[in-house]
Amino acid sequence: MRHLMSPLDLSVEELDKILDLANDIEAHPEKYAHACAGKKLATLFYEPSTRTRLSFEAAMLNLGGSVLGFSSADSSSATKGESVADTIRMISCYADIAAMRHPKEGAPMVAAAKSGIPVINAGDGGHQHPTQTLTDLLTIRSLKGRLSGLTIGLCGDLKFGRTVHSLINALVRYEGIRFVLISPEELRLPDYIREDVLERNHVPYTEVVRLEEALPTLDLLYMTRVQKERFFNEEDYVRMKDFYILDKKKMKLAGPDMLILHPLPRVNEISVEVDDDPRAVYFKQAQYGVYVRMALILTLLEVKVC
Amino acid sequence: MLSVGQINEGFVLDHIEAGKSMEIYHYLKLDRLDCCVAIIKNARSNKMGKKDIIKVECSPKMLKLDVLGFIDHNITVNIIEDGKIIEKKVLKLPKQIVNVIKCKNPRCITSIEQGLDQVFVLADEEKEIYRCKYCEEKYRSNRK
Repeated sequence: MRHLMSPLDLSVEELDKILDLANDIEAHPEKYAHACAGKKLATLFYEPSTRTRLSFEAAMLNLGGSVLGFSSADSSSATKGESVADTIRMISCYADIAAMRHPKEGAPMVAAAKSGIPVINAGDGGHQHPTQTLTDLLTIRSLKGRLSGLTIGLCGDLKFGRTVHSLINALVRYEGIRFVLISPEELRLPDYIREDVLERNHVPYTEVVRLEEALPTLDLLYMTRVQKERFFNEEDYVRMKDFYILDKKKMKLAGPDMLILHPLPRVNEISVEVDDDPRAVYFKQAQYGVYVRMALILTLLEVKVC
Repeated sequence: MLSVGQINEGFVLDHIEAGKSMEIYHYLKLDRLDCCVAIIKNARSNKMGKKDIIKVECSPKMLKLDVLGFIDHNITVNIIEDGKIIEKKVLKLPKQIVNVIKCKNPRCITSIEQGLDQVFVLADEEKEIYRCKYCEEKYRSNRK
């Protein structure tokens, strides 16, 4: 039985297989419509989430399975003081697979250790969010045709943004990747990612503060939101939140094939006027999130579809 | 000068940084042993000026001495049989340490989950960095 805690739990070959399967699901959804008939997904969401939870639920329903679970800690036994270990032991009796989001980092790992069913980490605090990374990789590979030989701009909150950290970890395994790190000084990529991941893997990168400076050089721009919930100080958040705003005028500096990705939700960092630009693919990215979660559920449940 | 006799079977932890012997006593859970344990504090040392020594009259196999490599790799472990030193153990950083240090990340699951072991994994041997198994929070070892 396998779980997914981090994108690095999957080898490049395993990752490619999941992405291939997701592309096949996109091309032939009818083939998979009953693949998980009779199977149940438990969505254990200890903190609010719209996209990730609905995306998991849509994925299981598209596969002909059913869904049960809770969408906040208030509606679970956590309020009565039940441990994560006890909750997953109980859920293992009710469902075939579980997706867990928890504000505490490492909670899904505790669950996986005690679980009788596969556990997917659906986001644990500021730590990992592997299915977002799979979504990002599928989007890039599907729309760019490759995961190698790309110059990727990462913009916004590079300090607390777990999606950015996970994406870097996953992409350094491919050839010819170059990063442009675009952030204010206060939200720079942490040392342990710069030194232990980028420098150790000899991946070239540059750090800039101005988005305009980076735009002409990029194959892909990954925008992120400055997350209010990661700041202990409201004043710092207010100062940082509108540091970058991508608008039509700035988009003129970008190449004709530069894609814009965003893990969503977007606040002010991408102006709504950019949404109609064919290079803005963040809503398509959300659709890929469903395909890749379908592929992941099939893989972890070891369901084969001919 | 205070004199503590030789031991016949057991082990001696020598060159402990002065003042650290009680910390090691607790890490190794020596209080739970039903054998003779001598703690010598502030002994004179040519190399260190002052040092602590712990003598334990039981087989070293009964204890997990790996943790000493994490606490201080300068400690010398002498294994004694028939009143003679038969082996000097070289201390290495253990790959994993359990319930020795606590994760300080308030967002880590170890801060709320009952009965969960505090597990740190050696992430970088050269830089002597451990990371919490659950949240990957960094902890630098005390080695000098």
